[in-house]
Amino acid sequence: MKLYINNIHYESKANADETLLNVLRNELHLTGTKRGCDIGLCGTCTVLINGQVKRACKVKLSQLKETDKILTIEGMAANGKLHPIQEAFIEANAIQCGFCTPGMVLATKVLLDKNPKPTRDEIKRALQGNLCRCTGYQQIFDAVELVARKLNK
Amino acid sequence: MVRRIDAIEKVTGAAIYAEDIFLPDMIYAVPLFAPHPHAKIISIDTAKAKVVRGVVGIFTASDVPGELRTGGVVQDHYIFAKDVTRYSGDVVAMIAAETLEAAREARDKVDIKFEPLPALFSPVDAMKPGAPKIHPERENNICCHYPVRHGDTDAGFKKSDKIIEREYKTQHVEHAYLEPEGCVAIANADGSVTVRGGMQHPFTAQKFTARATGLPVNKVQIIQTTLGGGFGGKDDTISIICARAAIITLKTKRPVKIIYTREESVRESYKRHPFHVKFKAGVTKDGKLQALEANIVADAGAYCSTSPFVIWRPTVQCTGPYIYPNVKCDSYAVYTNNTFTGAMRGFGSPQINFAIESFIDELAAEINADPIEFRRKNFFTQGCTTHTGQKFDNHKVAIAEVVNAALEKFDWNEKFGKCSRGAPDANGNYYGIGMACSYRGVSLGHEGKDFCAAIIKITPDAKVELEVGVAENCQGLKTVMANICAKELGVEVEKIIYKDVDTLSVPDSCPTVASRGTLVGGNAVIDAVRQIKEKMAPVAKNIGAHSSFEDIVSACHSMNIELHALGTWQGPPVSWEETTGQGNAYFTYVYGCQVVELEVEGKSGKVRVKKMLGAHDMGKAINPEMAKGQIFGGMVMGMGFGLKEEIIHKEGVIQNLNFDKYRIVTSAEVPEMEALIVENRDPAGPWGAKALGEPVNELMGGAIANALYYATGVRFRETPIKAETIRTALSLRRSISD
Ligand code: FES
Ligand code: FES
Repeated sequence: MKLYINNIHYESKANADETLLNVLRNELHLTGTKRGCDIGLCGTCTVLINGQVKRACKVKLSQLKETDKILTIEGMAANGKLHPIQEAFIEANAIQCGFCTPGMVLATKVLLDKNPKPTRDEIKRALQGNLCRCTGYQQIFDAVELVARKLNK
Repeated sequence: MVRRIDAIEKVTGAAIYAEDIFLPDMIYAVPLFAPHPHAKIISIDTAKAKVVRGVVGIFTASDVPGELRTGGVVQDHYIFAKDVTRYSGDVVAMIAAETLEAAREARDKVDIKFEPLPALFSPVDAMKPGAPKIHPERENNICCHYPVRHGDTDAGFKKSDKIIEREYKTQHVEHAYLEPEGCVAIANADGSVTVRGGMQHPFTAQKFTARATGLPVNKVQIIQTTLGGGFGGKDDTISIICARAAIITLKTKRPVKIIYTREESVRESYKRHPFHVKFKAGVTKDGKLQALEANIVADAGAYCSTSPFVIWRPTVQCTGPYIYPNVKCDSYAVYTNNTFTGAMRGFGSPQINFAIESFIDELAAEINADPIEFRRKNFFTQGCTTHTGQKFDNHKVAIAEVVNAALEKFDWNEKFGKCSRGAPDANGNYYGIGMACSYRGVSLGHEGKDFCAAIIKITPDAKVELEVGVAENCQGLKTVMANICAKELGVEVEKIIYKDVDTLSVPDSCPTVASRGTLVGGNAVIDAVRQIKEKMAPVAKNIGAHSSFEDIVSACHSMNIELHALGTWQGPPVSWEETTGQGNAYFTYVYGCQVVELEVEGKSGKVRVKKMLGAHDMGKAINPEMAKGQIFGGMVMGMGFGLKEEIIHKEGVIQNLNFDKYRIVTSAEVPEMEALIVENRDPAGPWGAKALGEPVNELMGGAIANALYYATGVRFRETPIKAETIRTALSLRRSISD
């Protein structure tokens, strides 16, 4: 089937019951989407489908339409320039091992698209499906607040 | 601001972790686990599995060309279980196939006939005389024992007005790095093998792989990929997986990829040792500690792994930062048929500190003393002698300083007065605060030889290539090393090209464990820079005082002076007398204090953590933002240890193999946090820096137990302290008082 990912058309030969995560990683080699649990609970495989947070390990190809717009971490930086969310993650020291980072960045994008000035509690709730074992989350919250301030200026 | 040098690749998804490697002609291998935690293997029938389409080979113990057994301390760990399985995570075979699906399908068709053996799931049973032996070649199931004999505890108890005995227990904890184990192995044309993977210590993987394949060490190249978390957990198991991958690639002559699922990872990999600690202490009316007897029993599981070190550290630290003139301590790690246990962030200290710091508060309560004043009366002081006979005079003994800093910042005195102490508010809820503090030996101490190497090569165009023998464990080590190198050399950090550890290029620098990365790596880098500067100095003098770094480098180059240096660092001497447990265990120590504020919902027993603060003397924070990140991450992991995380074994089989049942702390649960950096520069460290990665993870358990006590009036002596436990205790108390 045809897939529209990061504004590029791809063709997948996988079976309809294959997960989007396997297609992204193993077939298209878009490996920025990570696999941490394969049961929809860690958030490392987070992608955006039509602007909504989805766990790619829980999405089957059969559930997708060819018109769906898929965004993965590889599509966040445009023309060699980091997205402001990515810059804020670096600036706030929100990255340690980096395994949760792609999912965190994408989940942050959805939050800020819907709610440009989130409170800390709203941030905490919006990210609760994305686990991080390294940072204790605080500097991730700081990054979200930092970019919210910058974008609202 | 200092930025992480690996941040851009990580934030764009470009960083390459083990699972991200794809090679032409690559095959996939999956593990087949023990059918029973303790059983005799009668036969392994692979006939049906072999004919599954795409299967390339099935590998068992009989395919191991080198040594079947491996291990860092004791070689008792089977690369493949042969004849007998010892825990449910033992791997009996690996199935390799053209695709992952085919390998998994074939795995289901392997038929193992086995006969269950009597199994041991508790150290108490395993220590009983006559218990079945898990390793028949050993005398009994005691894996190791460390004693300390200092003074005369009987005399100490005689001087005491009160003698108090308590017991504490901790649980199996999973590291829960978000990236499960993975590696890719390639057989090279010259008979050597290259393995790329996510391991904390490439040199362990190299040793294990060489041993199992029978290849000389210089024919085994290990290259570390970006590591998706480690916390001490990516050493033995991943090294054994690398060895298996090497065996398969050498046989099949095809690149092999092994990537564990979360369930496979949790099933095979080692956990934090559960501890059972018994304390007996004597104290005088005026609050002076007189004697301590400690008995520590840890569940080692099926294999030794790093157990001797994991129980040695808490033996050395069994008093906490308090002077007991008389101490008797015995620590044991005991084999069972549970999942084996090994290194995890803290190395025995989260367990022992939970016990020590709970106990100190209990002692204070017994003599009606304020817990802080009681601590202050007994703290280590500058120049004091500890229970191992070590005089603390070569570094700043900062325990009182970090505790004062933490409490003041936390408004301890005011908040302590508000604790519910068992009397709920109008809504039936409780409020409490608690603290815990510790001292901790830096680096390996007597555990092993302390050595580190660093290589600096300056290219003709003045780029600085840096390679350090300690590995990036996600803590930002590369960044710290690059910064030290740049500053010492007097160049911008952008000039530094950091090379990942390659076991064929840099000398073995002992594991990146024990929070030693910064200290040992930094010292080796400084030594290498010194040598480079010595080579550059005469040239610089010749070409004039105002010449730039680039000019000097190119002048050296044209004069054929190679700007290449191998820097080394050797730890200061330590000593240890095995039978009495006396000696200078570590060459320096760090101090820390953590405080927590929480609320308990009376009806449900649910705990809401409101605030956590950590104050740590790390010598010097080379990168303060990264240091704070360590403190936050360590406190949150400590909160999980105290309140929720537990690997549940049922008859030796783990019941919670994935995040649906093994719950780690989420963003919704973390409280506001504060990090206080205390800096007493240490003569042994680079720029005075010591260590941080583990001390930050060893205090929250005790602080939480203490806060729960000042909130509910109930003392909880077993981690994790779950809502059900609290609810039950509170309702029991209500029914008694009704
Ligand atoms: S891999 Fe999809 S949520 Fe964990
Ligand atoms: S940075 Fe390692 S899991 Fe978040």
